[in-house]
Amino acid sequence: MTTSATPRSNRVIVTVIGQDQVGIIATVSTILADARANILDISQSIMEEFFVMIMMVDLAGANVPFEELKRRLAEKGEPMGLRIDAQHEDVFKYMHRI
Amino acid sequence: MQRFSPQEIVETIRMVQMENLDIRTITMGISLRDCASDDIAVMERKVYDKICRRAARLVAVGEEIAREYGMPVINKRISVTPVALVAEATGTVEYARIGAALDRAAREVGVNFLGGYSALVEKGTTPGDAALIESIPEVLATTERVCASVNIGTTRAGINMDAVARMGWIIRECAQRTADRDGLGAAKLVVFCNAVEDNPFMAGAFHGVGEPDCVVNVGVSGPGVVLRAVEAAPEADFGTLASIIKRTSFKVTRMGELVGRAASDKLGVPFGIVDLSLAPTPAVGDSVARILEAMGIERVGGHGSTAALALLNDAVKKGGAMASSHVGGLSGAFIPVSEDIGMIEAAELGVLSIDKLEAMTAVCSVGLDMIAIPGDTSAETIAAIIADEAAIGMINRKTTAVRLIPAPGKKVGDSVEFGGLLGRAPVMPVSSLSSAAFVARGGRIPAPLTALNN
Repeated sequence: MTTSATPRSNRVIVTVIGQDQVGIIATVSTILADARANILDISQSIMEEFFVMIMMVDLAGANVPFEELKRRLAEKGEPMGLRIDAQHEDVFKYMHRI
Repeated sequence: MQRFSPQEIVETIRMVQMENLDIRTITMGISLRDCASDDIAVMERKVYDKICRRAARLVAVGEEIAREYGMPVINKRISVTPVALVAEATGTVEYARIGAALDRAAREVGVNFLGGYSALVEKGTTPGDAALIESIPEVLATTERVCASVNIGTTRAGINMDAVARMGWIIRECAQRTADRDGLGAAKLVVFCNAVEDNPFMAGAFHGVGEPDCVVNVGVSGPGVVLRAVEAAPEADFGTLASIIKRTSFKVTRMGELVGRAASDKLGVPFGIVDLSLAPTPAVGDSVARILEAMGIERVGGHGSTAALALLNDAVKKGGAMASSHVGGLSGAFIPVSEDIGMIEAAELGVLSIDKLEAMTAVCSVGLDMIAIPGDTSAETIAAIIADEAAIGMINRKTTAVRLIPAPGKKVGDSVEFGGLLGRAPVMPVSSLSSAAFVARGGRIPAPLTALNN
């Protein structure tokens, strides 16, 4: 805990929140595959009537910058009524793990 | 590999999306001690160059962090060595030129505020300190982003009542010189007792003399997150309530720790501290007053407000202290009036008085903050208010501050509007009794017995 934040992992958490519908996983995984981003883990559940899908994704071999990936995800999500975002895993690690 | 439950992920996203969790400020502290010169033109250039060089990437890095972590970083700011310490070598009184150079540098690097147009005069005033203090009204009226502060007392030194008396006049002057903007100048001036050297929050931030050449400090803020947690436990007893607040504060502070480390890393500058302060904004749901009300006080200002605030302030510190490697700055709940919708409403209803606010400042950070008072309030009365507040800080070994706006031409019942994070403030009544003879005595209030702890 006393060392600096680097070297940091390349892992991000992709979250999809919204109404459940056909093709969510297909849509998100297509975007990720196109970017050569590797899905390490995937889980989904229904919370407070909302569909929540969480993917842990490794960007070590990705061929697009993080911010571009974020943009592509949000852009695909919008017409489907889904909030799709990607955040560095450290946000969740810092808040929920000691 | 770390796995996170959907509940954890959704909790984090909810805090940001719905409860206004954000990083309130990344503040870069920059030493100006190497900018001293006996030629003021040289000093101006050195100050401008150093700030532009050190903070060149500050705003871009703040925005990058916000995108990477999905965590808003509201303000990117700069604090500098108290200017009085650096400018004294110039031997001039044209300090406004330094203020203008600071303003240009702040605009160049894109920060919205720069603090440190400051003097530390708790025990006495040097010619340089006096020149700086006298130039404050002009600087705050003619610059956009510069913030000023003056430390007039400490537990160790007592209270410099000559400086207090002068600051009463200076505050009035700041307001009058910005009368066309409701006295905005006074909103950028803080008078401190026990000022801290690593505070990232404006308007009172400055880069202390014991600090490194450059440092990054972070202020987190999550009144909305704490409010939601308190609301979800309407019948919890105080022990349980304190635990709930501690847990919430821990999570909020972890975000500050994360962002502080990331910013330090990306900027190649040491990480100073996380300031745990609960800082409200005028946005609905981002109010400290509402937390006290959610604890069961009908309106902030009612009896019980001080006890509720004491519990809140202490629980926030206990939770936050465990979450960060270096906690510092002011680290307490702020109770500014104009920046907190609950405070504004209570003041408008007439149920929150300056006297009650003064009592509340004994148990929280920081002081009588962003309070509009009638424009015809005398300099002596303002000085006496400062003295009262400084006495609370001096005796209790804590930071207290005064940021009053004697709103030009306005009376009780009127209000002032600053917009943005500074909000709006109803003009609150002050006592009509005279304190002029008290203030006129001059000299110093001796350091209290609590100072003798060696």
